[in-house]
Amino acid sequence: MYRTLNGNLSLQSITSNESSYAVKTADKIRYVETGMKHKSLYCFIAFYKFSVTVCQMREIHASEVTKAVRKLCIDANYYLSDDIKENLQKAYNEEKWNIARDILGKILENADIARNENMPMCQDTGMTCVFVELGQEVHIVGGTLGEAINEGVRLGYEDGFLRKSVVRDPLNRVNTGDNTPAVINYEIVSGDKFKITVSPKGFGSENMSKIKMLKPSDGVEGVKNFVIQVVKEAGPNPCPPIIVGVGIGGTFEKAASIAKKSLLRPINERNSDPFYRELEEELLEKINSLGIGPQGFGGRTTALAVNIETYPTHIAGLPVAVNISCHATRHKEIEL
Amino acid sequence: MEKRITTPLTKEKIRELKAGDSVLITGTIYTARDAAHKRLIELLDKGEELPIEAADSIIYYVGPTPAKEGQAIGSAGPTTSYRMDAYSPRLIERGVRGMIGKGLRNAEVIESIKKNTGVYFAAIGGAAALIGKSVVKSEIVAYEDLGAEAIRKLEVVDFPAIVVIDCEGNNLYEIGQKEYLDSLK
Repeated sequence: MYRTLNGNLSLQSITSNESSYAVKTADKIRYVETGMKHKSLYCFIAFYKFSVTVCQMREIHASEVTKAVRKLCIDANYYLSDDIKENLQKAYNEEKWNIARDILGKILENADIARNENMPMCQDTGMTCVFVELGQEVHIVGGTLGEAINEGVRLGYEDGFLRKSVVRDPLNRVNTGDNTPAVINYEIVSGDKFKITVSPKGFGSENMSKIKMLKPSDGVEGVKNFVIQVVKEAGPNPCPPIIVGVGIGGTFEKAASIAKKSLLRPINERNSDPFYRELEEELLEKINSLGIGPQGFGGRTTALAVNIETYPTHIAGLPVAVNISCHATRHKEIEL
Repeated sequence: MEKRITTPLTKEKIRELKAGDSVLITGTIYTARDAAHKRLIELLDKGEELPIEAADSIIYYVGPTPAKEGQAIGSAGPTTSYRMDAYSPRLIERGVRGMIGKGLRNAEVIESIKKNTGVYFAAIGGAAALIGKSVVKSEIVAYEDLGAEAIRKLEVVDFPAIVVIDCEGNNLYEIGQKEYLDSLK
């Protein structure tokens, strides 16, 4: 039995092997003594192997996470990402409706002012959505990950002169004063990667988001109709031109979660599946034919992109979530 | 071509404004959003005085970011107006003439605008750094405990806005979109 022991054997399996050994020998008293000795030895070996494994894990100090989140909060709010800026510029060049073109020009000017003067592009510096990809070989030391992230938010919003927009309780609305807590999504991935994305989400657009549990028989037409209906009803409220994040499949909360996650994808990247790429393009065309235009004053540029993400779903369901985001769609990420 | 208007915003000035006009506002405006509106209405319910001079005033729906040194205000773009719909008619009846925000208003607000010769302006949502530049002075006049939602008295110079709903009830959100779609036919 000693020889069969390897690193994959758990203490529980050792114990059950010993039980069968004990029955075979029938010398129970002697077994107990031997077993106890073996058990101590096995415990020692297991602990040693565990220690070796832990030592081989990549360690990241909680303070590094805090520092990174602090900077990501500030950078995301000050510096509009290149994909959105390029897309706004393209829309400005192609927009033929005068007032729409003027608005797009002002939005671009605003992004430049924010970048050059290091100030938030929008006063709604959002509820801080944080996406963590945590490699299973990473060990966070010196504090808990959640607290490290919230401390980063606290510092970022204070040092960056960002607005504190979070209330402690949804009904007894008292501001927490530091924009915490963040909404944190954890994903455990293989290896020793640690990626963190900060996406401050404004509520002008968040409030216009919707979810619907469609029937399988509603099919792709049902999905298209729902997305268009949500954008139409939102009209000028979510600060068009918008980015439309769509989550199809999963469960009720999974659809919403992947819709939000889709907004992290650069808007010049289409879904890798040709079927959904075409659906994204078709929906964008339909949305930009509605006539809502920038800020809702009319024009072609109602949306800059439609990003769809999907997930397997139940035989009885077709959940669809539409998470609308404004032209100041912000996200910054870093790998530690 | 922008129309320049100054506060106080009298009925005579409002009658000159048409949906679709670009305006530059100079003078004094008050900030108030969700929580401050709730408190203002509670004061009215109790029959108490408002902490703002409501007559011929403009309320801007904004919760600005904190000012850095040397700034009067941080970024200060409009918030979505429909959340104030439940409160606006009461304030309009008390003399508030203009509202600055973004997005749709409900039928009661539009009716109140028509009845009381008011006006609804939109500022560009998300152009907060740009808009903040037109604010030269900012002073908290009520509800400091609300932080970003406190009522501020702002001095603005050439604050850029667009007339969305004029005193006749013409609505740029409807007219603008219709005209654009008609232009494609």
